[in-house]
Amino acid sequence: MRCAIGLIRICGVFEMSGAGLLEIEGLTLTVSRIGKEVVSDFSLELAPGEIVGIVGESGSGKSMAARAIMRLEPPAVSRRGGSIRFDGKDVCAMPQRVLRRMRGGDVGMVFQEPLTSLNPSMRIGSQLEEGLKLHRRIAVAERRRLILDMLGRVGLRDPEAALEAYPHEFSGGMRQRIMLASVMLLKPRLLIADEPTTALDAVVQREVLDLMLQLTRTNGTAVLLISHDLPMIARYTNRIVVMRQGRIVEEGATGALLEKPQHSYTRQLLAAMPRRTAKRGIDHSVPPLVEVRDLTVDYGGRKGFLRRDPGKRALRGVSLSIRPREVVAIVGESGSGKTTLGRSIAGLVKPSGGSILYGGHSILPGSEGWPDYRLNCQMIFQDPYSSLDPRIPIGATVAEALRHGKALSAAEKHARVIEILGEVGLSAEFAKRYPHELSGGQRQRVAIARALVRKPAFVIADEPVSALDVTVRMQVLDLLTRLQERHGFSCLFISHDLSVVEQIADRVVVMRDGAIVEEGSRDAIFDRPRDSYTRRLLSAIPTLEGNPEGGVRLVERGDCRNVIELPA
Amino acid sequence: MRLPSLNTVLGATIVSLIVGAGLVAMVWTPYDPLKLDFLARLAPPSAHHLLGTDEFGRDVLSRLMRAATTSVWISILTVCASILAGTALGLVTGYMRGWTDRILMMFNDALLAFPGILLALGLLSVVGANMYGIILALGLAYTPLVTRVVRGAVLSLKEKEFIEASRVLGNSESFTMVRHVLPNCIAPLIVLATSMFGWVLLAESALSFLGLGVPPPAPTWGNMLAESRTYISQAAWLGIFPGLCISLALLGINLLGDALRDRLDPHMRGL
Repeated sequence: MRCAIGLIRICGVFEMSGAGLLEIEGLTLTVSRIGKEVVSDFSLELAPGEIVGIVGESGSGKSMAARAIMRLEPPAVSRRGGSIRFDGKDVCAMPQRVLRRMRGGDVGMVFQEPLTSLNPSMRIGSQLEEGLKLHRRIAVAERRRLILDMLGRVGLRDPEAALEAYPHEFSGGMRQRIMLASVMLLKPRLLIADEPTTALDAVVQREVLDLMLQLTRTNGTAVLLISHDLPMIARYTNRIVVMRQGRIVEEGATGALLEKPQHSYTRQLLAAMPRRTAKRGIDHSVPPLVEVRDLTVDYGGRKGFLRRDPGKRALRGVSLSIRPREVVAIVGESGSGKTTLGRSIAGLVKPSGGSILYGGHSILPGSEGWPDYRLNCQMIFQDPYSSLDPRIPIGATVAEALRHGKALSAAEKHARVIEILGEVGLSAEFAKRYPHELSGGQRQRVAIARALVRKPAFVIADEPVSALDVTVRMQVLDLLTRLQERHGFSCLFISHDLSVVEQIADRVVVMRDGAIVEEGSRDAIFDRPRDSYTRRLLSAIPTLEGNPEGGVRLVERGDCRNVIELPA
Repeated sequence: MRLPSLNTVLGATIVSLIVGAGLVAMVWTPYDPLKLDFLARLAPPSAHHLLGTDEFGRDVLSRLMRAATTSVWISILTVCASILAGTALGLVTGYMRGWTDRILMMFNDALLAFPGILLALGLLSVVGANMYGIILALGLAYTPLVTRVVRGAVLSLKEKEFIEASRVLGNSESFTMVRHVLPNCIAPLIVLATSMFGWVLLAESALSFLGLGVPPPAPTWGNMLAESRTYISQAAWLGIFPGLCISLALLGINLLGDALRDRLDPHMRGL
């Protein structure tokens, strides 16, 4: 704490503000029933207008600490000790009436899920009006003017129409803008943003955060930004607090903390950021292992008795080839068709046109080459919580893959299962456990084991690490890279996370609206993007450049100034 | 593991008492439940006849016990039959979709639109009032509900990635269905089966009350209650005890059902 205040003094930015806006001292929260501490001795000071980020992995207590500021911690959690002072007043001693006035009026909160944080049965207009009615004494006409003004400022094209619209008529990014508008409408002095953009695409994420910073800056609102995303926090904050297992392990001014991390955990977090690896040699003279030609996929087309919906074209003539031992990454925003492409190559979605060739032969379910392809093409799914059958032990789940292909005896199967579990870093005893006894990272290891147990020649990985925590993500990614090098399978790596792609891919394919917009070697795409959409994607994610002291420097990428507005 | 709640214990006790009484009555009852004894007509509860006797001097306790056998047996068979049929239909319709699903579900919804007891009444007048007729009628009346529940579970399970993973491994649809879909439907099925047990018991009693149940002189709670109406002013126990049995049985089953739901329903898990 002392060190942080010292740093602020040096910066000299917040010196004039005098007393802090928010002072938390020694806050300790426990789960009442089992007495487990979820937040221990948490202290934080926030000056007016300051932007502070709290970084930590899931379960580090960062959300709980933030919620306690508004006394919004869940009922099962109680405050064991410490004090919270907002604007000099003790929040914990406030009567309900005063507390309610503070919530929303002085302290605003933006939640993670834009899809559920707006009431689906209320019009946007009345939803925004609610806060104004409650906290400000102003006439109806004035309220309307304020709301329209705010909706315009958050970038809604037609604020008048938006007043009468329902939340479902907007996309996730737009809803988060509306949420932001509803919070900023009351000009709070502190904004708590709990993973405000985790559920959004990279480009939208950047737009929403830029907007948030712009709005808070004009109002002089202090921001407490909570996230697991270190580069994102680094880009927007003055000061960073690193939390682990309920405790603050390190705190400091953003630049200094990133450059010279003191605590080993901070270094570990920084080391877990994906970095570009050395370029690998891929033999381009050999024929491709998998080839996709002019693939089209149509969804929907619901046939009724009298009508027929035209459906939606998810893929529009995509051609792609993957050579042996090559890792090809497909990147794009949600809705770009990248998952559909992966699923149709895996044979889960029936293409409506085009062809998929494996080893030069066309494969379609039922065709001659199909059984061989089925044995050699495996898939790793995104969500480790739903990709394993909860009622079947790990060993049996992995062994199920051995039912097909070469006949093996029960003992041989068991030996192979133990072997592959060992390869993904799980001991033999895991074979008897059930999925719910495993952590997310361990489950994803099982999913990898299941995909690789038959030694396939081609693996499709659909966002295999995006549901995992930063440090676990690194471990799983390293594992995947290592196994890929050892077994030499080709890999189609689907991801929206460009930084992960930068580490693992040999070649990158950028998709948008069901078509490929740019394709090239990893270095070409990341260093010399040609298409404006690729540049836009790249500019959305800052990269961290390592230094020898274990620290990093934030590097902006792509062409930020020349972002081209997307058509509706 | 937490201790079971009072409700759970109470529910389990009542249900095991009734099932136990039914089992015991298969081999032993205090008196022969069908034996007439005109010297002891309408005797009030006493040391000889713990719960009194009816208008023919038959021991009420023995009759209640034998009735429990009949009711429990009918309920178990009916529930099993409709669970089996409903699960098979639900799996097929949920997994196949398309026209199979549409036609089967059309019939299913048509059946579902009838109140169960009305449907059973209609069927019973066709197949005749006997034990297997009742099982058939009630089973048919409750199958659509099971189909709906299983189909719903299958539809949501189909979206899970582990089902897709099974397809990617090259497993056939039927293997996937039996190995991955069915076991994950078990929890909601157990909860449903428990509640159905209660509904069937009540429906069977109602049918017997209306004279469409197991034919006399075989005792059931329903026909005992029906016969008691004539003597309600002289011998109130004739109506009270069968009525109590029905209410207690339903209470026990519902308490047990709630406990199972808390235990097995994934939405409630971990709270």
